[in-house]
Amino acid sequence: MDTSIFALDNAWLALLLKVVAVLAFFLVAPLVMGYMEHKVLGHMQARYGPMEAGLGPIKHGVGQLVADGLKFLQKEDIIPARADRWVFALAPGVALIPAMIILVVIPFGPGLWAEDLDTGVFFALAVSSVSVIGLLMAAWSSNNKYSLMGGIRAAAQLIAYELPLVLAAAAVVVQAGTLSLVGIVEAQHSFTAFGIPVPYAVPQLLGFLMFFTAALAELSRPPFDMPIADAEIIAGHMTEYTGIRFAFFMLSEYAGMVVMSALATVLFLGGWYLWPGVPLPSGWLGALLGFAITMGKITTLVFVMVWFRATFPRLREDQLQRFSWLILIPLALLQIVVVAVFKVLA
Amino acid sequence: MTATLPQVGLLKGLGVTLKTLLKKPTTQQYPHVKPDLPPRTRGVIALMEENCTVCMLCARECPDWCIYIDSHKETVPPKEEGARARTRNVLDRFAIDFALCMYCGICVEVCPFDALFWSPEFEYSTYSIRELTHEKEQLRKWMDTVPPPPELEVGAETPKEISDGLAAARKAAEASAAAAAPAAPAAAGGAAAGGAPAGGAAAAAPAAKKQEEDIHVEAQIDQEVYDQLIAEGKSERVARARAKAAYVRKEKARIRAEREGQS
Repeated sequence: MDTSIFALDNAWLALLLKVVAVLAFFLVAPLVMGYMEHKVLGHMQARYGPMEAGLGPIKHGVGQLVADGLKFLQKEDIIPARADRWVFALAPGVALIPAMIILVVIPFGPGLWAEDLDTGVFFALAVSSVSVIGLLMAAWSSNNKYSLMGGIRAAAQLIAYELPLVLAAAAVVVQAGTLSLVGIVEAQHSFTAFGIPVPYAVPQLLGFLMFFTAALAELSRPPFDMPIADAEIIAGHMTEYTGIRFAFFMLSEYAGMVVMSALATVLFLGGWYLWPGVPLPSGWLGALLGFAITMGKITTLVFVMVWFRATFPRLREDQLQRFSWLILIPLALLQIVVVAVFKVLA
Repeated sequence: MTATLPQVGLLKGLGVTLKTLLKKPTTQQYPHVKPDLPPRTRGVIALMEENCTVCMLCARECPDWCIYIDSHKETVPPKEEGARARTRNVLDRFAIDFALCMYCGICVEVCPFDALFWSPEFEYSTYSIRELTHEKEQLRKWMDTVPPPPELEVGAETPKEISDGLAAARKAAEASAAAAAPAAPAAAGGAAAGGAPAGGAAAAAPAAKKQEEDIHVEAQIDQEVYDQLIAEGKSERVARARAKAAYVRKEKARIRAEREGQS
């Protein structure tokens, strides 16, 4: 299946459908992942996590994030007196929207994508780095020293880890011979290493680990949460935010987790195929099955992110920078060379 | 640097969190599941109002000054003709401000008349700090939740209040027997009231009454009476006491009937 299921004769209707689908996924998936984070983090600390808020008879805190969202809506929207009002007000949106836009190009199943761009990988990585601007805007406009420090840390960290992220993705692009995310999934489907069908994560295990690590740092997730370290700089750029704008930052964090996991799934774990070489049934059944497999892989990766958060202490700023510039980036460059050589030889 | 793999500690850490994830959390779901507390948990301080003599020791020893006591004196008419009238203290108000109380238990320790007790009751949080000052009515209610004192060891000395009570009762019985003796000249055995065997049992009703004193019955709770009293809405403490009394009364009647049957 080479076309999106949203490709209809009526371009406007198709556009509407795509927007609705992307928005729905964007609003639902972070809630599910956020709930998982609450529960997994709780149980990893020998407690239950949210238990009371529920939807009707189903308890165990399933409605916790919905309730939190409603609470954020009701809160007063405070803008500090000395803040740069317009920049302050715009920043959460600038941080949030890139995560939503990346969803446009990510394939979730056979035919389940809004756009199949020829430069999918480039588009996704380029857009994801825009959210840094949102963080910097928030940090600067808050007129708060903690926010500013957090923003500077975020800028330094995101520049440092953007590189290994892009280089690890570039190795996959070299291997697949295409920049299109759908194309990468299909190329991975027919990929074999020494006659055995495997996803790219096997020959490029190093690249996968680097991509995942760099993604953690890009999202400011522990152990790379120096920019939002609540113990020392009170959540960094989010210090002055309240209510719905704060919720936007939270949402962009969870949406970022979903998006980065989805990218890793597509690039390294074979996308919507259970295993390269294992075909899916055609039609709606295949699309549903493919979606379920993709979501399963994404959930697993998000779980690992939460697992890391529960386990690892925060890296110091100099450790963090050294790790990227002296270890990750040289390794990523080496990996590209090795992959290119094997690609030419094969 | 040890000989182990570099950075293996990271994986160990992941193992610890994963193991914890699979274990049952230690959280107690409190309002839904009541905690399993030891029976003598020190939850709140209860007042046995009847025992209080308004000696004020608790209020004076309290490090937080959280005990409020008001009282007045009453004159008690003399017991015997021509004796002097006595005065006694009557408790008007006894309140503990649990917002101030630090639960040190000094008041319970210091009370010489066994009027203050620890109760395991702990669910008395309020919406207002003023409502945490509890008056004697509430403190008396909590008295019902105080567990009974632990059993004495086998062969232990009888507690002083019980042996004193028994001696007093014996003395009263002797006095009543002595008073009855001139009225019934035939009952010569009345003089030996303390240790008289079944010989005097066939005598008049007062003689039978005094004999009760040498029947010793171990107090137990009469479950039927207890359940009935509880069903009537009596407090646990009252029900327990009355059930014990009922049991002793019944046992004594049974033993008496047995002895009469023998003679």
